[in-house]
Amino acid sequence: MAENTKYIDTKETSPSPKDFKSDQEVRWCPGCGNHAIMNAIQKALPHMGIPREKFAFISGIGCSSRFPYYMNTYGFHGIHGRATAIASGTKTANPDLSVWQITGDGDSMAIGGNHLIHAVRRNVDINIVIFNNEIYGLTKGQYSPTSKLGAKTKSSPYGTIENPFHPGELIIGAQGRFFARSVDTNMNLNQEIFLEAEKHKGTSVVEIAQNCVIYNDKTHAEITNKKYKEDRQIVLRHGEPMIFGKNRDKGIVLEGLKLKVVELGKDGYTEDDLLVHDATLKDPGIHLMLANMQYPNYPVAVGVIRAVKDETYERKLENQIRQVKEQSEFGCVDDLLHSGNTWEVK
Amino acid sequence: MDKKQDVIEREEVVVRFAGDSGDGMQLTGTLFSDTSAFLGNDLSTFPDYPSEIRAPQGTIGGVSGFQVHFGHRQVNTPGDYADVLVAMNPAALKANAKWVKSGGTIILDEDSFTPRGLKKAGYETNDPIKEDHLEEFNIIKAPITTLTKEALKNLDLDQKSILRSKNMFALGMVYWLFERPLKYTEQFFERKFENQPKIIEANKRVLEAGYHYAETVELLTPTYKISPAEIEKGTYRNIDGNKATAWGLIAASEKSDLELFCGSYPITPASEILHELALRRDFGVKTFQAEDEIAGICTALGASFAGSLAVTTTSGPGLALKSEAIGLAIMTELPIIIVDVQRGGPSTGLPTKPEQSDLTQALYGRNGESPLVVLAATTPSNCFHYAFTAAKIALEHMVPVILLTDGFLANGSEPWKIPQMSDYPNIKPPIVPRGEKEWMPYARDPEKLARTWAIAGTPGYEHRIGGLEKDELTGSVSHDPQNHEKMVYLREEKVNRVVRDVPNQQVEGSQEGDLLLVGWGGTYGHLKTALDELRKEEALKIGLAQFNYIKPLPANTGDIFNRFDKILVCELNRGQFMDYLRMNHPKFNYLKYNKIQGQPFTTIEIKEHVKKLVEVNHYG
Repeated sequence: MAENTKYIDTKETSPSPKDFKSDQEVRWCPGCGNHAIMNAIQKALPHMGIPREKFAFISGIGCSSRFPYYMNTYGFHGIHGRATAIASGTKTANPDLSVWQITGDGDSMAIGGNHLIHAVRRNVDINIVIFNNEIYGLTKGQYSPTSKLGAKTKSSPYGTIENPFHPGELIIGAQGRFFARSVDTNMNLNQEIFLEAEKHKGTSVVEIAQNCVIYNDKTHAEITNKKYKEDRQIVLRHGEPMIFGKNRDKGIVLEGLKLKVVELGKDGYTEDDLLVHDATLKDPGIHLMLANMQYPNYPVAVGVIRAVKDETYERKLENQIRQVKEQSEFGCVDDLLHSGNTWEVK
Repeated sequence: MDKKQDVIEREEVVVRFAGDSGDGMQLTGTLFSDTSAFLGNDLSTFPDYPSEIRAPQGTIGGVSGFQVHFGHRQVNTPGDYADVLVAMNPAALKANAKWVKSGGTIILDEDSFTPRGLKKAGYETNDPIKEDHLEEFNIIKAPITTLTKEALKNLDLDQKSILRSKNMFALGMVYWLFERPLKYTEQFFERKFENQPKIIEANKRVLEAGYHYAETVELLTPTYKISPAEIEKGTYRNIDGNKATAWGLIAASEKSDLELFCGSYPITPASEILHELALRRDFGVKTFQAEDEIAGICTALGASFAGSLAVTTTSGPGLALKSEAIGLAIMTELPIIIVDVQRGGPSTGLPTKPEQSDLTQALYGRNGESPLVVLAATTPSNCFHYAFTAAKIALEHMVPVILLTDGFLANGSEPWKIPQMSDYPNIKPPIVPRGEKEWMPYARDPEKLARTWAIAGTPGYEHRIGGLEKDELTGSVSHDPQNHEKMVYLREEKVNRVVRDVPNQQVEGSQEGDLLLVGWGGTYGHLKTALDELRKEEALKIGLAQFNYIKPLPANTGDIFNRFDKILVCELNRGQFMDYLRMNHPKFNYLKYNKIQGQPFTTIEIKEHVKKLVEVNHYG
């Protein structure tokens, strides 16, 4: 299977996955996609070469946002929608921390939408993992900003009349330098993506199609169902041609200004005609098209879609502080207080 | 004529500069204040400007004013009424004539008193002096615009730049009137326009032209002489409240050895704190201009989690937005300072006008039982001390602190005797020592009840905090009913114990007697002046207690109230502090005096009110 061809083979450099589990009972519903995502994170962390105390998991409100309690790292369970801002402050204050924001589609794209796009714009080096189940779980089943148009939920009994956000489009549109997508159950790919997200300096956004067994079961089934997932998902890897399908007989080409799905060996298309994925392109055009591919016209792209190097907010700030300090006439607060116009009363 | 014969020796003088909001009145007033301060006068200033950047020219709504009160004795207020008013246009005259002392001097730019200008200002005739019954004033009509143009005619400047410098002509006239030297202002031009020699020249020429005009026309009699103030020895500077607040926070950063982080969103009249902190990268200050108020405090809270001295600055509407995050700070027991520079409300209210109506919001404006510490600064310069103190309390007690200032303190300035940082205490937050065994996130210091602070990144103390109710010791999420009740009382008690670090409330004036004036925050100057004058003029047995510590209240608050027959609580709101006092010390009978006009008290109105109350006591 294409998505299993890569497997993490780097050595564990810090405590083992079980050392990242806290003593708290995990209270997600049986069958919830969150369990698998957490397992993948806990498996990936030891490969990052970062001591446990340097991890900070920060969340807002929602089912996924209980995540920090289950991690034996530093953790901060915040308030609704504000995890991005809390995480931005934490990383800016201490750039040595590996800051992870765990969030849901409601938390980050509705109440927290403003913070999300601005963190991405600033390029604060935080790793944002969006558990996208297209529903509000903790508040028991209202539609979210990613719910499909027409979705019938408790707050849209006749179907939603709102267009959904596509996280990839939103993030890349906000000048996002890193965007990856995956599916909750794909343990190997997820570990790979988390490692890439950590390595990337700048805001990394990882969208994970997550299944809510209670309020929105099988919402992603048309692309995740075992029977046809290989035909409906394409795993993008930097430097590799865009091939997919159970028999690896389909691919993506660029025709004119549009992406097109072709069958290899048909109409004269060969592997050489296929687009080769370049996640590092500064121009967001192709990444945006790839992120926006939707079933049934296209396979849905998973993997690291975009990873563009750029300076981070917190490093720029540190540099500015260093520069201003070098030129400063002040050594201490007394100097500051006596600066400018003063006079002596005798 | 011999000028000296007409010099009047005065204790103190109030000058008010008024013009269109584009006329540079704030700068003019500031330059005049600076020069007076260098000459050793004590002073107090009050900028009064509209919230629009450029309200329609020539209208009352667009009038910008700057009042400075200076003298050779202690000056506590910007003064109620002006001895001299400079009115750059008819609207400025219309809006400000009522603030001139009877018999005072009014300087007008007669060039702007055109039929059109008069109409715009709302005058119905072409004689504003008669129409506003100003005949008894010493009116000086000077062709300021014409003479400014004349002074600059050979300088090859565009019309706009020429007109922009007419405020310096008016300033020059006032300098002559008060025998002030021009050199401090000229030095200012040289610094400010370092790379624009033509602008330096233009400003100097106009300033001097104004000065010489005043000297030659012999209209400006009498002139006033103000001797230097009799003030404590030391090194002084002028400072406004916002700068003092920023510097107090930087001082706390030095004394706590913690990096200062300010997450903030611009809002009038608090923005200058952010500006000043942003300038101080050389002190390692990290300012984060957030996308909104909520992000402002949340980034600060994240920074607190990471071990910074965390600050957010705002005004009333911003404080409202921050309230959920303040609750989170209370719940997680992370130190943070929230500076609220109050303005008139509710909603957007009066963005540039002072009011004290956020007190209730500061004390209670959150969901749940959510106690925190509330402090208030009382003068522009002591914003430094209370910003420092707010940081010290927040860090040592692991509690959020709201520091209340207001637009009056924020923009007002006064000479400040520069303190020595060696006189300030160190700040010692309860950061966990490395390698401690058996540590629990919510274990507390038995005295202060502050939890210890394990800063994210410290090995061995990995833990989780959050907004959900937690177990008393372990910090694990707990919905146990008994535990919640216990935690509610614990958090309240923790704040109450800050009282041990609160100095006793001082009373100025009589220590016991007929009436105690009670105030808090920025009304100090006016209440103090009223107190001093009433005691001197009427020999009343009255005192003044101006509160800096609001929650918790100083331990001796009740004792003080016991010593007076009447307690008069004066506030720029409907009585929020009085309600709070009545709740905390219910056995006293409180009277209140309130003003809600977006303007400070005047000393006169307080005096009149007190006299009425005390007369009733004596003869009633």
